[in-house]
Amino acid sequence: MTAVAELPLDLDAFEGPFDLLLTLVLKEELELADVEIVEIVLTFLEERGEDLEVDGEFLVLVASLLELKARGLFPEEEEVPFEDLDPDDAAGELAELLAQYRRFRTAAGWLEDKLDAESDRFFRLGPAPLAPVPVRPLAPQEPESLAAALRALAAEPPAPSLRHITLTFPPVSLFLERFRAVLRRRGRFVFDKEVETLTRVEQAVAFLALLELRKAGEIAIGQAAPFEEITVWNNAA
Amino acid sequence: MEQRRMSLRLIDNPVDRLARTIEALLVIAPAALSVEELATATEDEAERVETALGLLASRYREGRSGIVLEQVAGGYAFRAAREAAEACARLVERPVQRGLSQAALETLAIVAYLGPVSRPEVARIRGVAADSAVAGLVERGLIAEAGRGQEGGAIRYETTPLFERVFGLAGLSELPRLDDLAEDDEGLRRRLEEVAGSRGA
Repeated sequence: MTAVAELPLDLDAFEGPFDLLLTLVLKEELELADVEIVEIVLTFLEERGEDLEVDGEFLVLVASLLELKARGLFPEEEEVPFEDLDPDDAAGELAELLAQYRRFRTAAGWLEDKLDAESDRFFRLGPAPLAPVPVRPLAPQEPESLAAALRALAAEPPAPSLRHITLTFPPVSLFLERFRAVLRRRGRFVFDKEVETLTRVEQAVAFLALLELRKAGEIAIGQAAPFEEITVWNNAA
Repeated sequence: MEQRRMSLRLIDNPVDRLARTIEALLVIAPAALSVEELATATEDEAERVETALGLLASRYREGRSGIVLEQVAGGYAFRAAREAAEACARLVERPVQRGLSQAALETLAIVAYLGPVSRPEVARIRGVAADSAVAGLVERGLIAEAGRGQEGGAIRYETTPLFERVFGLAGLSELPRLDDLAEDDEGLRRRLEEVAGSRGA
């Protein structure tokens, strides 16, 4: 290896040369918290040659990375002004943090050993947590009211009324007389105007009367075009 | 005849009847049951429940029964006898405890000792982000959310009864004291030198 920039890295979060890692970190495309700096140092130690210049460059870069990472671990609002921190205090704090981490790492090892020791302990895990017993007391019920409800359901329903669908047709003769009277008086009339105030059923009967008169040859009927007004006049005239 | 009368008397012993009820409750329970829960369910006194549990513990023990009564996770639960472990392993998977990574174990240790504790606090101690380790442990059911420290603060986590059951702990107080786990500086230096030596070789 000739330059720090080319140091090949194979980390959990990143794989590639050191200078690419730095670029990604500075562009904030790589979270420094995910990068294990100790792995970088170990890789460097494995690849290290005899060039003191390279060693120096590496130290500077790694120190910068460490400071960036350290800053990232503190929430912004309580940022510690590093410049004002006494070097001894800083070292003490770091040592305390490391000692704390070491204790938890040992605790993790203890848990791992414990899990190993318990590997022959099998038990069943229930699918659901215990539920509180639901209290739903029913109100006292009368058997007679249930019987009454069933009796009402069992009774034969009344026959449905058909009165509303019965139509009353006026007699055709009514309109025969009426049209004859109109023609006697006026000689001709417009059918549409004559029946426009009547119901649809009455209009239909009136039209039947018209056809009857036409069949008998009493009247003539004219219409300019389909759906136009129907004009009626006395055939004798 | 005499013998038959004696066995009848044994079965009718009230403590024995209570023990049989507790036995039934432990079989259907999805988690370890505390003495209080057993007393509530049996509508009996805690002291008598403990006596009945003692009776059950002598019946359900390693070497005598395939089912073992154990005191775990703040209560009592049935588990398989250790001698049946191989057969059990051929029958069932154990997704909760299988393949816990170093990161997960460290995070678990921090939550067990310091809980309730937030993700940023875990990250501060471990020096790396704790998001995926915490999410994985929540999914396994070993830790669970325990509210926020203060209004608007980060969500805090603590270990669950399942954690104690999986690790065979009667309670969190069975964890070794944190101070006892600290290695002395001499030991640490020796280990560093060992690592350095093996790297150099």
